[in-house]
Amino acid sequence: MADGKVAVALTVNGERREALVEPRLLLSDFIRHVLRLTGTHVGCEHGVCGACTVLVDGAACRSCLLFAVQANGAEIVTVEGLAGPDGALAPLQQAFRDCHALQCGYCTPGFLISAHAFLRDTPDAAERSDAEIRSALSGNLCRCTGYQAIVKAVRQAAPAYREAGLEERR
Amino acid sequence: MKPAAFVYRAPASLPEALAQLREFGGDARVIAGGQTLVPAMSMRLARPAALIDLNGVAELAFLRAGADAIEIGAMTRQRTLERSAEIGRHARLFHLALPHVAHFQIRNRGTFGGSLCHNDPAAELPAVAAALSAEFVIAGASGDRTVGADGFFAGLLSTALEPDEILRAIRIPYLPGSCGFGFAEVARRHGDFALAGAAAVLRLGGDGTLDLARLVLFGVDDGPVRAHAAEAAMLGERPSDDLWSAAAAAAVAGISPVADLHASALYRREVAETLARRVLRQAAAELRDG
Ligand SMILES: Cc1cc2nc3c(=O)[nH]c(=O)nc-3n(C[C@H](O)[C@H](O)[C@H](O)COP(=O)(O)OP(=O)(O)OC[C@H]3O[C@@H](n4cnc5c(N)ncnc54)[C@H](O)[C@@H]3O)c2cc1C
Ligand code: FES
Ligand code: FES
Repeated sequence: MADGKVAVALTVNGERREALVEPRLLLSDFIRHVLRLTGTHVGCEHGVCGACTVLVDGAACRSCLLFAVQANGAEIVTVEGLAGPDGALAPLQQAFRDCHALQCGYCTPGFLISAHAFLRDTPDAAERSDAEIRSALSGNLCRCTGYQAIVKAVRQAAPAYREAGLEERR
Repeated sequence: MKPAAFVYRAPASLPEALAQLREFGGDARVIAGGQTLVPAMSMRLARPAALIDLNGVAELAFLRAGADAIEIGAMTRQRTLERSAEIGRHARLFHLALPHVAHFQIRNRGTFGGSLCHNDPAAELPAVAAALSAEFVIAGASGDRTVGADGFFAGLLSTALEPDEILRAIRIPYLPGSCGFGFAEVARRHGDFALAGAAAVLRLGGDGTLDLARLVLFGVDDGPVRAHAAEAAMLGERPSDDLWSAAAAAAVAGISPVADLHASALYRREVAETLARRVLRQAAAELRDG
């Protein structure tokens, strides 16, 4: 049965979600249309622009290159999951705001998730060169800002990640 | 830009996956990282009746140092190779090449096996596999068979795999002694497929002449091209700039680059020759610096 729906159960931003989906439903469409989490954006739908980037079991991935059925059992974090429970901006989001790292904002959710994964995995990011930060962001396209402010914001948020990492290891 | 409908299967073992593949008689495709297949399905360039998802087949995701080779399961993520100290010790060429493969978000999901099975002529990992004389372990109905890199990469976007077969693992034979590696490519943007690229492995014997020389070009023909004649001509010679120039010229004599929107055939040939010389120099510098 090609149109047979399949049950999926997954955790999204800490909340358990269940649904019946067509196998061909992209994870990006599942997140936006079924879960109504419209922070995740869709630009190109073939892996190039990065607007749809989410964390899947901690790893930053393109949600337009995964089927929702493949995320069965996974833990997903979308841009909505970055802020505190009270809606307070995370240090990275605050840095984007402070540095004017967004204009139209279309690319921003993807940049935030990619930068979040990079900073989490790179405790000494503040000491890294601009070239390295740019390389970490090279999988996300922005048509407005010219990137300088985004690089600056990532640099500004780096110390907060290092402190959070030290806190965790204590 | 939405994929056509398909039946989804998520086998838990390789025999189960093989049986499901046979069940659809050529109309099913396996999905690994999906980083090539899903966009192809979204653009309706691919329209499989069924997808057999290998992501739950744990026996295909491994990386181990065996007796005479590193063995890499086909479902090993590209990011896992990039972060592996084992790979850094025994097959450092991967670490030179992987930063050029797409972006980390794609490598988080994309697999080694998927890149090899897709065999894009401009892809980095098939070239690395060819330069390291990888052996491909293919699982099918009647058991496993092993083919070398020269046999596996069969032509434009095609391999030695039959429709009912699954690539199980890749063996990278150890290279005894200390080798020098070189890798370089030219692409329009960081993370794009290469317009042209080259990889080299060199090793010196006790008498100071080369006793191992491998040179592979990619992006310039219908798959990775091992420059066998150039390699043979380097053996027994002492490292020198003249030797690298002669080898690079010999290597591009055998290729037939395509012309497309991004570059003319002539441009690709010239870039390939320059890159071949550059990677041989890089590899030789590694030998010198120990
Ligand atoms: C934006 C973008 C940029 C990219 N840039 C690059 C780049 O610069 N260089 C590069 O090399 N690649 C690039 N890629 C491709 C990427 O590396 C893919 O991950 C890779 O080519 C395919 O691997 P996969 O695991 O995603 O395979 P899939 O997409 O899942 O599969 C690819 C094909 O191989 C078959 N297959 C997969 N595994 C097996 C198996 N074990 N046995 C039999 N058949 C199998 C599938 O049926 C399918 O036909 C890019 C991709 C994107 C989206
Ligand atoms: S929408 Fe997924 S990468 Fe562009
Ligand atoms: S802010 Fe408009 S695309 Fe980045």
